[in-house]
Amino acid sequence: MFDIVAFIPRAIGQSVPLLFGCTGEILTEKSGNLNLGIPGVMYVGGISGVIGAFFYEQACAGGDMNGFLAIMIPLLCSLTGSLIMGLIYCLLTVTLRANQNVTGLAMTTFGVGIGNFFGGSLIKLSGADVPSIALSRTSGFYSRALPFASKMGWFGKIFLSYGFLCYAAFLIAIVAAIVLFKTRKGLHLRAVGENPSTADAAGINVGRYKYFATCIGCMIAGLGGLYYVMDYASGVWSNDAFGDRGWLAIALVIFSIWNPLIGIFASILFGGLYIVYLYIPTGMDYMEFKELYKMIPYVVTLFVLVLTSMRNKKENQPPASLGLSFFREER
Amino acid sequence: MAEAAVKLVNISKSFGQVKANSNVSLEINKGEILALLGENGSGKTTLMNMLSGIYYPDEGQIFIDGKEVSISSPKIAYELGIGMVHQHFKLVDVLTATENIILGLDGKLNKKEAAAKIKEICDKYGFDINPDQKIYDMSVSQKQTVEIVKVLYRGANILILDEPTAVLTPQESEKLFNVMRNMKADGKALVIITHKMHEVESISDRVAILRKGEYVGSMMTKDTNAGEMTDMMVGRSVSLNIERPKPVDPKPRIRVEGLTVKNIEGIDKLKDVSFTACSGEILGIAGISGSGQKELLEAIAGLQPAESGSIKYINENGEEEELLGKDPRKIEELGVALSFVPEDRLGMGLVGNMDLSDNMMLRSFRKGKSPFTERKSPHSLAEKVVDDLEVVTPSIETPVRRLSGGNVQKILVGREIAHAPTVLLTAYAVRGLDINSSYTIYDLINQQKKKGVAVIFVGEDLDVLLEISDKILVLCGGRVSGIVDAEKTDKNTVGLMMTKVLNDSDKKEESTETGDSDE
Amino acid sequence: MNKKEPLFHIVKRDVLPWYKSWGIRAIAIVVALIVCGIITTITTGLNPFKVYGAFIQGAFGSGRKVWITMQNMSVLLIISLALTPAFKMRFWNIGGEGQVLVGALATAACMITLGDKIPNALLILIMTVSAILAGSIWGLIPAIFKAKWNTNETLSTLMMNYIATQLVAFFTIVWEVPKGSFTVGIINQSTNAGWLPQLFGSKYLLPIVIALLTTVSMFVYLKYSKHGYEISVVGESEKTAKYVGMKTEKIIIRTMLLSGGLCGVAGLILVGGINHTITTTINSGQGFTAVMVSWLAKFNPITMIFTSFLIIFLERGAGEISTNFGLNQSFADILTGIILFFIIGCEFFISYRIVLRKKGDK
Repeated sequence: MFDIVAFIPRAIGQSVPLLFGCTGEILTEKSGNLNLGIPGVMYVGGISGVIGAFFYEQACAGGDMNGFLAIMIPLLCSLTGSLIMGLIYCLLTVTLRANQNVTGLAMTTFGVGIGNFFGGSLIKLSGADVPSIALSRTSGFYSRALPFASKMGWFGKIFLSYGFLCYAAFLIAIVAAIVLFKTRKGLHLRAVGENPSTADAAGINVGRYKYFATCIGCMIAGLGGLYYVMDYASGVWSNDAFGDRGWLAIALVIFSIWNPLIGIFASILFGGLYIVYLYIPTGMDYMEFKELYKMIPYVVTLFVLVLTSMRNKKENQPPASLGLSFFREER
Repeated sequence: MAEAAVKLVNISKSFGQVKANSNVSLEINKGEILALLGENGSGKTTLMNMLSGIYYPDEGQIFIDGKEVSISSPKIAYELGIGMVHQHFKLVDVLTATENIILGLDGKLNKKEAAAKIKEICDKYGFDINPDQKIYDMSVSQKQTVEIVKVLYRGANILILDEPTAVLTPQESEKLFNVMRNMKADGKALVIITHKMHEVESISDRVAILRKGEYVGSMMTKDTNAGEMTDMMVGRSVSLNIERPKPVDPKPRIRVEGLTVKNIEGIDKLKDVSFTACSGEILGIAGISGSGQKELLEAIAGLQPAESGSIKYINENGEEEELLGKDPRKIEELGVALSFVPEDRLGMGLVGNMDLSDNMMLRSFRKGKSPFTERKSPHSLAEKVVDDLEVVTPSIETPVRRLSGGNVQKILVGREIAHAPTVLLTAYAVRGLDINSSYTIYDLINQQKKKGVAVIFVGEDLDVLLEISDKILVLCGGRVSGIVDAEKTDKNTVGLMMTKVLNDSDKKEESTETGDSDE
Repeated sequence: MNKKEPLFHIVKRDVLPWYKSWGIRAIAIVVALIVCGIITTITTGLNPFKVYGAFIQGAFGSGRKVWITMQNMSVLLIISLALTPAFKMRFWNIGGEGQVLVGALATAACMITLGDKIPNALLILIMTVSAILAGSIWGLIPAIFKAKWNTNETLSTLMMNYIATQLVAFFTIVWEVPKGSFTVGIINQSTNAGWLPQLFGSKYLLPIVIALLTTVSMFVYLKYSKHGYEISVVGESEKTAKYVGMKTEKIIIRTMLLSGGLCGVAGLILVGGINHTITTTINSGQGFTAVMVSWLAKFNPITMIFTSFLIIFLERGAGEISTNFGLNQSFADILTGIILFFIIGCEFFISYRIVLRKKGDK
């Protein structure tokens, strides 16, 4: 039987990394930067958190861990890691005006490489005496649900059973929407992405907005990686396990027509699609069909992509200067 | 004597090898309208862009109210009370008028308060805009109004208007001039860049003239005349007369009937347009920019699908061919030698990053059965065009993007007339060209006319249209408001026809609706 | 702080002579290699000179290593060449990965289903045709979307990659040997049916020859053919292309068929010539790497020989270091990333110039 109460929390669990990535990329793209490095950024966000947590766990191997530090150390490490990635991207595309597609792909190669390298070699490099990276203690802090969740039956399961990063994801998306559409900073940011020379002539510091939006976007996206490893994967890092969620997050941006609020719903939908194959009964003899069902989110994204391009509505189009670098004295 | 609001001392600015300004010194006074004159490429816009913080001067000093300043960004220009309305509007299409006007300002976002202040400015100077309207829904003159209000909203005391009337009807221009006079009375310093002598005479107090990036001089408007100003701009006397040979044996060549074209949003860009263009004649097309000129030419050239109507090509023997619904290649295969000099030279007529020879090949590369391109004849054609039209270029292998506007146009026109056309379509053939290049182009067009080519000439300068054309078709909001004999009409009549379809007074609204610029 | 005069400003350069621009790129690569050496030293404790020694050892340490380096380079070069016409057309085909995979899948399908049933020569012919066809179809789908509705090709080709991956995953289980292993194993190990022939007794030579032939043909195709000319015009300005009567839809579709088909050839070589098996990761991300190889070479097929060599050299060198020190293979990705950052960044100094302000008076 299809168990909706079990399905929804799993779908939401899947949706959180996507939502972090999607919100981050919306902010980035609104500044006119198409950051294809998001998958790499999310790996870096994840592994930086893992490194922080790993050393903290090593440090208090025998004793108790301080809950506050157990959360803050990986969190700050993750944010720093993603910030550095954001700065690299901005340095190349904004300051040095490099091609955004190529820079993004290089960032992804680099970021995934960092993730897998440290994921595979951290133990050897640090000379620690553990068989594998399993940060279950840190994960315990990250995935701790609200205390009364278990007492509230299906309601608790669907709405209250998540770690704090999950709520943060939704909160950040809402805040991002408010900033984008209700504040002066948001107005300026949208102008930068639409028409940087106009924004520039209006006295907006285009470069600074691009830097801030892209770096903040990367930091948000990096949290998706952190959530995945600390909460969803219970603190176990395995190489390539994060998979293609970064790319899916970029696709989600289009699906949500550059609006973080639509991004919330879209990411839950995609989270569901991502795991729906587990719920389609196939029987042991037809394992192969599960692989076909895993195709669903990609096919749906492709479909949506084509649909939105067929309906040509002005407000639903990508920021007009997306992918282009800005040079004031261009003639 | 009014105190100088702005003083420029020995300003120089180069772009690569090109000196846009060298050692320019200029004063702008309060309560005065200064007309900045100069041929295209004489550095007027560059100079003003340095005042508004878009460019930064390589050398020289700028004084505002007697104090030396460094205008390193547009924001600083605003803080100093300098505001510029650019020729190409600096507006964000998907935002509203209010959002555009308050763009870049600090403080909490309060659109209501801003809208109220905008209303106040509009009332004071006599503007009319809807603060909540999106820019992409606006006509060109509405967009310009938003630009001016934007500058005033920031409390600018020094206003620079870069060719503000290029996109306006004479009536709209007059309205703008009234607003400018109001601002002048308010003690503001104004600079207007324009090419139109009668505007200089009617609006400005003083003129300053630039030539090839250098300051030539300035004088009071009332003490000078158009002839003298032109002499100073060009450096020597040129005749303003454009040749108009009598048409020889005109025969119908292109007959358009009931042509209706809609854009993507379903708005009529052309409505029931009918006319005939004859061989050996120049048919001028007049109209406010965006009245359907582009669609008309592109429909004839096979680039614009139409809702209804027909475009017939009539050859020497009187046989007719329908052109509508065929692409440029099919038209070519029909044996119709049609040449088209589009408005967007580097974006449509040529490939900016390719060299001269490769650009010549655009029209000829399909010739022959070989899968490989033949490169000798385009190369020699390029050499011929360079020689015949005196194109200034380092070499045939130079990307056309790096040539100046006039030379780019010579390459384009040279290529288009090289394959002996029977129909020549030109859109804004002299836009952005200096006077000498313009005359080269006029000559080329007249030569084609004498060869019996049917020329359709879309222009924006009514003086030129009246002098070069045999007949003038006036478009207004996609409709034909009349076809007149160029020799028997005058500017005022045509100007009026541009704003309304004769005997149909309620079409004015439509013209603002569809008069969207195509930038 | 507003009143401060900027210390320098940036000016666009005229075109630099080729030796200067390549000089700048060479400097960037040298600097990047130094940085890579330093990073390797930090992570492994190896003395920096030994690091470079290990790199060279990894790529050229023995006859066999040289051959493998050349073979890997050939495959990467073919994929890069395949993507190049699309890029010249400004069609951001980052779906090379998927196009190679379906080519590989089609090859494997032929080998498994037809192996031993038909003469080997015929089998290889059918494999080749189906690999090209499969790759072409994978390129065709996003091309149609782009031509008809201007669908963003970066994202559609990306999605096609994952659809291809799942398709391969599906068939891996269908064909798995033995059951439950989730791998296909070496196909036709006993009969060698469908294995691509060896040239002059060397199993490495065939991909190299194909790569060289493709390089030359692609160079000629792009530079001297009418198709190549059309591709350049469409890439520079779609409006100009329409203006002279080019059918841009047709050109986009035709070019993507070529692009995808050539990726299919790479798939054929990977399965029929090198690995004789199929996995979802058989292409190990080369579809993405190829984007950068092609871009770094400024879409010039001849230059791509050097850029693909650079990338493979790094991969092999870093691979050697990882093996020697028991580190993870992904170390190569990090080094590749760093080198790319430097080369991408140095383009700025080719297009722009930094001018210090001349002080007039203070």
